[in-house]
Amino acid sequence: MTEFLEDWGLTLAIFLPLVGAAIMALIPKAEEQLHKTIALLTTLAVGAIGVLLVVEFDFGSSGDLQFVVDHRWIDVINSRYILGLDGISMPLMLLTMLVVPLCVIYSWNHFPEPHNPKAFLILILILQTGMIGTFLAQDLILFFVFFEVVLLPMYFLIGVWGGEDRQYAAIKFFLYTLFGSALMLVSFLALFFLGDGTATAAGVANTFDMRALPEAAQAIGITAQLWIFGGMFLGFGIKVPMFPFHTWLPDAHTQAPTVGSVILAAVLLKLGTYGFIRIAIPILPEAAIEWAPFIGALAVIGIIYGALCCLAQTDMKRLIAFSSVAHMGFTMLGIATLTDFGMNAAIFGMVAHGLITGMLFFVAGSVKDRYHTLEIKRLGGLLVSAPKMGWILGFSVMASLGLPGLAGFWGEFPVILSAYNPAAGLSEELFRVYMVIAALGTVLAAGYLLWLYQRTSFGTPSEEFTDNPEITDVQLPEWIAWAPMLALILILGVYPNLVFEMTDPAVGMVSELVAAAGR
Amino acid sequence: MQGIDHFLDEGFIRPTLDWHALAPELTFLAVGAILTLIDVIWLEKGRKYMPALAGIGLLITLVPILTLAIDGNERVLWDGAFVVDEFALVMKALFLISGYVVVLLSANYIAEGDYWENEYYGLFAASLMGMVLMASARDLVTIFIALELLSLPIYMMASWRKRSLESNEAGMKYFLMGVFASAVVLYGMSLLYGVSGSTKLEDIGAAVGAMDGSIPIVTLGVVFVIVGFAFKVSAVPFHVWAPDTYQGAPTPVTAFLAVASKTAGFVALIQLILVGFYDRSDVYAPLLWVLAIASMTIGNLIALRQTNIVRMFAYSGVAQAGYMLAALAVVGTSPEVGQQALSAVVTYLIIYAAMNLGAFAVIHAVARKTRSGEISSYGGLFTYAPGLAVAMVIFLFSLTGIPPLGGWYAKLVVVQATVSDGTWFGYSLAIAVAVNSVIAAFYYANIARLMFMSEAPDGDTTPIRVPFALTAALTITVIATVVTGVLPGLVGTLAEANLIAFGG
Repeated sequence: MTEFLEDWGLTLAIFLPLVGAAIMALIPKAEEQLHKTIALLTTLAVGAIGVLLVVEFDFGSSGDLQFVVDHRWIDVINSRYILGLDGISMPLMLLTMLVVPLCVIYSWNHFPEPHNPKAFLILILILQTGMIGTFLAQDLILFFVFFEVVLLPMYFLIGVWGGEDRQYAAIKFFLYTLFGSALMLVSFLALFFLGDGTATAAGVANTFDMRALPEAAQAIGITAQLWIFGGMFLGFGIKVPMFPFHTWLPDAHTQAPTVGSVILAAVLLKLGTYGFIRIAIPILPEAAIEWAPFIGALAVIGIIYGALCCLAQTDMKRLIAFSSVAHMGFTMLGIATLTDFGMNAAIFGMVAHGLITGMLFFVAGSVKDRYHTLEIKRLGGLLVSAPKMGWILGFSVMASLGLPGLAGFWGEFPVILSAYNPAAGLSEELFRVYMVIAALGTVLAAGYLLWLYQRTSFGTPSEEFTDNPEITDVQLPEWIAWAPMLALILILGVYPNLVFEMTDPAVGMVSELVAAAGR
Repeated sequence: MQGIDHFLDEGFIRPTLDWHALAPELTFLAVGAILTLIDVIWLEKGRKYMPALAGIGLLITLVPILTLAIDGNERVLWDGAFVVDEFALVMKALFLISGYVVVLLSANYIAEGDYWENEYYGLFAASLMGMVLMASARDLVTIFIALELLSLPIYMMASWRKRSLESNEAGMKYFLMGVFASAVVLYGMSLLYGVSGSTKLEDIGAAVGAMDGSIPIVTLGVVFVIVGFAFKVSAVPFHVWAPDTYQGAPTPVTAFLAVASKTAGFVALIQLILVGFYDRSDVYAPLLWVLAIASMTIGNLIALRQTNIVRMFAYSGVAQAGYMLAALAVVGTSPEVGQQALSAVVTYLIIYAAMNLGAFAVIHAVARKTRSGEISSYGGLFTYAPGLAVAMVIFLFSLTGIPPLGGWYAKLVVVQATVSDGTWFGYSLAIAVAVNSVIAAFYYANIARLMFMSEAPDGDTTPIRVPFALTAALTITVIATVVTGVLPGLVGTLAEANLIAFGG
């Protein structure tokens, strides 16, 4: 079993959803129940593989890649099929494996118009392949392939099952991300050619191997490094999204179907931040030090700008979308400090944001299903008409604003703390200014989130929604989908070490590379 | 000054013929002859067997190519005018397989449209013969003969819908432009012959490479030849014939033009530049840089505005010619970069053939029902022809360059080749390719948007009946597009083709 997992575990985790999708493609559209069952079983099986991987994972050395697979893939460009799992990938992979089945369960009884569960679920499964693959790939070209694979299913999810302006939002999402990743690819290739070669079976050759690149890239001059980092910055920064590249996000989130928003918030945004920690910073630490003040500045602008936009929103879903911009700003600030502490906090922030914002989008979706509107002015009295849902919303809101004891706290507070003491080579004064601004951001966050909660849940329901039979409390599929997320938000809030223990050794290696370059 | 004098002094010596090396051409000549003979003897009775015979003939011609590939020896005939190397074999196979798909597309179109059928396949075979010959041509005269042999039949095939004004316009425009381009090529060739005293590319390469500094007559010769073939591959600003011709010609002929004919143009360019002009990168590199940037940018920008899908694909083809020219522009940096660029262009051509033929197959299938080439007529296609819509999405997003569909690898190797140049000359091309693929994504995604997210424009949602030949064509192209994307190593190995007299 162990051996099988060593060789095949990661490959199975990536491609099992695709197998499920292929089976579903062969079954006629009318067999809806069968489609749902296959999709659920597939995602649960992937989750089971995840559990097995956790069991077999050697947490003592979570800084090293484990379950490594290294096969020939495209010999001509010396790109290999390399997968590996370490402490940075682990929490994000598990997050993906958790969120996707929950999304399938949540959709069980209400697929958005135009219905068609077959196509909807196939797209979600393809999406899962892309997401897990991105977190496990250890070869730049393989990474790029998975990074791009997620585009298409998301494009169709938004464009077909989305809201009023879905077509505009879908194409905007598509073009923005494609633009970033096109330049990112040029950067990858520049790394390939400018970096030192490594020994292969066929002699010394240039490499896309992420494990070898930190060393190979030391040969690159600082000017070239800055340009290459710039290309990756665009690719990852648009995906995060950082201010000023964030404009696709509110549109995509607002128009996407509930499940699409959840996956987008919970996992897709993390592909960008993950890219920084996994690729950009360890491979080009010198350039990272030069870029960090700039990234930090954009991060705090994002925090404040996102918060101010939230205060101005009239649509609940759009508000949550802008809060994502602010929260990802915290994550990026943590990354920009380039310290062990900051990046650990950033990864925790990614997981926490995934759970909490995912939860908020779930609730927003359920509210929309019942009220057929998300206009904050018309809502109100959720605690009266659907008390349980009101409490769940309250819980998620509290978690999102960073209440100690819930997961959100550990994504924000340590980030702010880490900015007090950035990595060697960075200006302390500057980052302390960032720290103060970010701290102000948390106040604003409390402001817009509590105000949102107050306007939607307190008071009495407006006349149009009193005694409306459509407004029911939390249903069974919703309970099943939400319970694990709510539980995790609490557990991680009380015992954050669950994640920190995994990430710390791996992040330590990244920060050491930075420290070595800063000296 | 070999040539005539040589013969006068020594009398005619029959060159030794390597029949194996000539087997593909001879086989295909026999196929063409049989097609023509059947027409002459059986007249209309042979009509219904034509597409099948043409298709089988094409596949049979692949056999000697396969045996030559297994044998693996490089063969040089007629003092280097005709060469069989890996590059030639790969390109010949590509031409024949593309040709086979075109036959599959043509079968129903030509039969149902009350057009001359026997002549169509005869001309088609002649044109394909020119292309197969082009892959081996390493001599100015051979190249020119191949060029004319492949072009002339297409002039007629483009106006095959003889009662349609548009189709007549298509043929006429293509003819005038094509003849003009041929004249330009011929003039350039005459200059090069004058300088080097030989028609063999290898000798020309040695002669023009040995001259120091800029020599106006060499520059003129190189520029004229490249410009002439720029017409063939429809590079900006020599692309103006393409949209009208593509739109007016019968769809299978358009597919043939867009894929096989353009590939032939690139094959000629590769041979001329890599063997003939290699050391003259001071002339061709800036020229190709300008052609590449102009083609991809202008092609993509104009494609954004198109309302007719065939015209849109014409401009998208212009842009893609730009990508391939970008890789060709950097060949002169060093032999290693040159080899990389060569395999990049070959890779691109192979994948380009798969995804474009596929797209034209869908266009053809949809037009059978809607009788329209308007992009808006694709609205709601998914609701009444899900299979076609999904196939089209695969081709469109392959063209966009989204993995795991073939197009991403094609773009990757082109960008890789340009980046390997290592100077801003190459980087600028790489960035231009990257930015342009995003521009292109808009119009490709737009069609996907219409198919999946809009209603059928006239509310007519009767399913589309796809004839067997078209289904076969779609299956071949879908499989090729997906497999080249998932296992790019396969096409990568093919594309590492050796070109004799270049890089060993």
